[in-house]
Amino acid sequence: MSGAATSRPAGEVVLAARNIAKSYNGVKALKGVNFDIHRGQVTTLFGENGAGKSTLMKILSGVVQPTSGEIVLDGRPIVFSSSTDARNHGISIIHQELSLAPNLSVRDNIFMGREITGPTGVDYAEEERQVRRLLAELEEDIDPLTPVEELRLGQQQIVEIARALSVDSRILIMDEPTSALSATEVEVLFSVIRDLTAKGVSIVYISHHLEEALQITDHAVVLRDGNMTAYAPRADIDLEWIVRNMVGENYDLGSPPAGHDFGPVMLSVRDLTVPDPAGGGYNVVDRMSLDVRAGEIVCIYGLMGAGRTELLETVAGKLSATSGEIVLEGMEISHLPIGERIARGLALVPEDRQRYGLVQTMSVGQNLSLASIMEFTRGVFTSIKLERALIQKSIRDVTVKTDGPDVPIGSLSGGNQQKVVIGKMLATDPKVILLDEPSRGIDIGAKAEVFRILAHHAAAGQAVVFTTSEVNECLSIAHRIIIMRRGRISAEFTSDITKEKIMAASGEAVAA
Amino acid sequence: MTQTSANRMSSQVSPVKGTRNPIKLLLKGRAFFALIAIVVVFSFLSPNYLTVSNLLIMSSHVAIYGILAIGMLLVILSGGIDLSVGSILALCGVVAGALMQGVELKPLGVILFPPVWAVVVLTCALGAALGALNGILIAWFKVPAFVTTLGVMYMARGIALLMTNGLTYNNLAGRPELGNTGFDWLGFNRLFGVPISVLALAALAVLTGLMLSRSSFGRWLYAAGGNENAADLSGVPVKRVKITVYTLSGILSAIAGLVLSSQLTSAGPTAGTTYELTAIAAVVIGGAALTGGRGTVRGTMLGAFVIGFLSDGLVIIGVSSYWQTVFTGAVIVLAVLMNTIQYGARGIRQ
Repeated sequence: MSGAATSRPAGEVVLAARNIAKSYNGVKALKGVNFDIHRGQVTTLFGENGAGKSTLMKILSGVVQPTSGEIVLDGRPIVFSSSTDARNHGISIIHQELSLAPNLSVRDNIFMGREITGPTGVDYAEEERQVRRLLAELEEDIDPLTPVEELRLGQQQIVEIARALSVDSRILIMDEPTSALSATEVEVLFSVIRDLTAKGVSIVYISHHLEEALQITDHAVVLRDGNMTAYAPRADIDLEWIVRNMVGENYDLGSPPAGHDFGPVMLSVRDLTVPDPAGGGYNVVDRMSLDVRAGEIVCIYGLMGAGRTELLETVAGKLSATSGEIVLEGMEISHLPIGERIARGLALVPEDRQRYGLVQTMSVGQNLSLASIMEFTRGVFTSIKLERALIQKSIRDVTVKTDGPDVPIGSLSGGNQQKVVIGKMLATDPKVILLDEPSRGIDIGAKAEVFRILAHHAAAGQAVVFTTSEVNECLSIAHRIIIMRRGRISAEFTSDITKEKIMAASGEAVAA
Repeated sequence: MTQTSANRMSSQVSPVKGTRNPIKLLLKGRAFFALIAIVVVFSFLSPNYLTVSNLLIMSSHVAIYGILAIGMLLVILSGGIDLSVGSILALCGVVAGALMQGVELKPLGVILFPPVWAVVVLTCALGAALGALNGILIAWFKVPAFVTTLGVMYMARGIALLMTNGLTYNNLAGRPELGNTGFDWLGFNRLFGVPISVLALAALAVLTGLMLSRSSFGRWLYAAGGNENAADLSGVPVKRVKITVYTLSGILSAIAGLVLSSQLTSAGPTAGTTYELTAIAAVVIGGAALTGGRGTVRGTMLGAFVIGFLSDGLVIIGVSSYWQTVFTGAVIVLAVLMNTIQYGARGIRQ
């Protein structure tokens, strides 16, 4: 490690990953990662969604076990059997998805599973004292007895951080700790991190806010598609270096299909306003308007919480808007149920394919035909022949690799499962197809194929809208790139824009 | 009945044949093998067990549970549960009994004696209404199925007790001069030597089987039970599916109530107590997943016959009825354990 002026000299290595690899259901999430964590320093993991950051953190904190490779703690190889085991070795983690019990108070959440007990049971007074001290350190004015569900998201994140701090760990892993924090709260968190590192605590940090992470980090590890693409101390790197290593150079996901003219406006969204479905009291989509023409591919880029998912779900009929209109081919459809919107030619491929896309108890074929059942129903009964034909056509259309239509859906790889969800909606012969993060959690080859399928359908006159949180995907097949930020369109670009400009418009590469 | 159960068995064998691994084969056809084992064991213990007449008598006992279990299967496939079937059975039986006694219209000074077909229709309508109440509370008002049907279970039982003051209607025969005879037809008559109740069960099972495997509604039901969110986003009318299955379960409970009061020639308010649990047990033994989306009519019918043939067999060889309860419980636990192994193994492979 170079000892440049801006970087503190590298301390001893406390934890090291050696050739860590991890596969889920045959999908390789990590392919041999090596890096060191130094005492009293901050190591930041950079990478796009699905690059393997969270998987790596789960391995380091004992939540999951690696398929191969080893973790070296203080020079000795070690296997963590559980997160409790890792915690006993001084490693704790702040999860990206909050893991708090909403019904319990702040105090009970912070001491969940390791209550301080005295002769008369749990020593609530002592717990409360410690919680007050922790919250004071984090400069957050929360009463320890407040139920967590009454706190806003940012405050819940502070509680999560306080819980990790209360353990007195030697190594603290923070997976996107600032995603719901305000700028001042981030500043406080950073000063806490500096205090901790001064005391010799090592921090592993993950953030999508690149510049924010650059303020605090001492070392950078960059992951891409499960591979570690770069590892360097802070002094040797800058924003441009990170972006280059994150997204890669020769990463071809196709180009916007040309040679066809756009048709009439197929989908028109006017002043759409959608309240937070979780009851946060604000609008996740805020008076947004958007027109999409036949044959056009529109990419919506934005950070987590920008309102992309809610926009698509409202158009598809899952959420309802408080105001605004949704017009499909000149017809207002806001009042129609999902089934009728599909019948009129509007299809949504949801973001979370396990929860919203697939019926795990059904076969590949039954999943593919699920949205078009009425197409092959004659009278009372379904026609086996027509259904077979529809399934075979779908399998060919989206090139699903399967041992036949009757195998369980769970036997397919992630990429092929995603193709089944897309194929299911394409089988309804939509005029407008909406896809929420269609490339989430699938490998690069499948990504390219998914985009090729979308480009093909756009060239055939369908209107395509997809969201992504990966800049590279905006610059692939989209004719038009829309940047969403806090429920509104913050910028609109054509396909010849640069990655940096897109990231700036989304609020990603801007200092808080 | 021998005809239909033979069909069912042969169709059960065919998917099993394709499985090479003997353990998997045993696991997959477990309800079928259990039924065979029960029949073989009791045939050795009692010469009277494996006779056509005994099999038919036992089958007519199974009919009650079997009809309830078909409704329960539909509800469980949707990912729900229906605890109210036993009480709806009792209330419908009592209402049918009351209708057979005649409905007095005081202001007109007349007593109406509805014909048996009208009694059947009115009773089924009542079952449908109670089932629909369950479905609407569950689908529209998001009350958990367990709680909703528990409440309806108590209410229906209470109303049945109130209507009769705890007593039983014993005279269901009707009178020829009033034109309302024939109520005993369901419970006692035979067609080609087979009890009507068994034929009714077979017909309902075939119809439901067709609905599940071949109609779009069947596909909606499997999808809604397998993953409600995904089904919803694929345009499946999930709420309508839920209301329909609870309504069907209510109607089937009413039919079971009619068959039972006809078999007993009496309608009492405490009839069918804990039958909902027997129906759930039949569905579970038949390999359905309580989480929804997995299960077949064939399996459920085998489950109902396993329970029925086991408890009747124990009676025939003279085992105390207390032991029957223990045996039934053990079979249920074993069945759930096997379900866990089967679906659990599948989950790991995925």
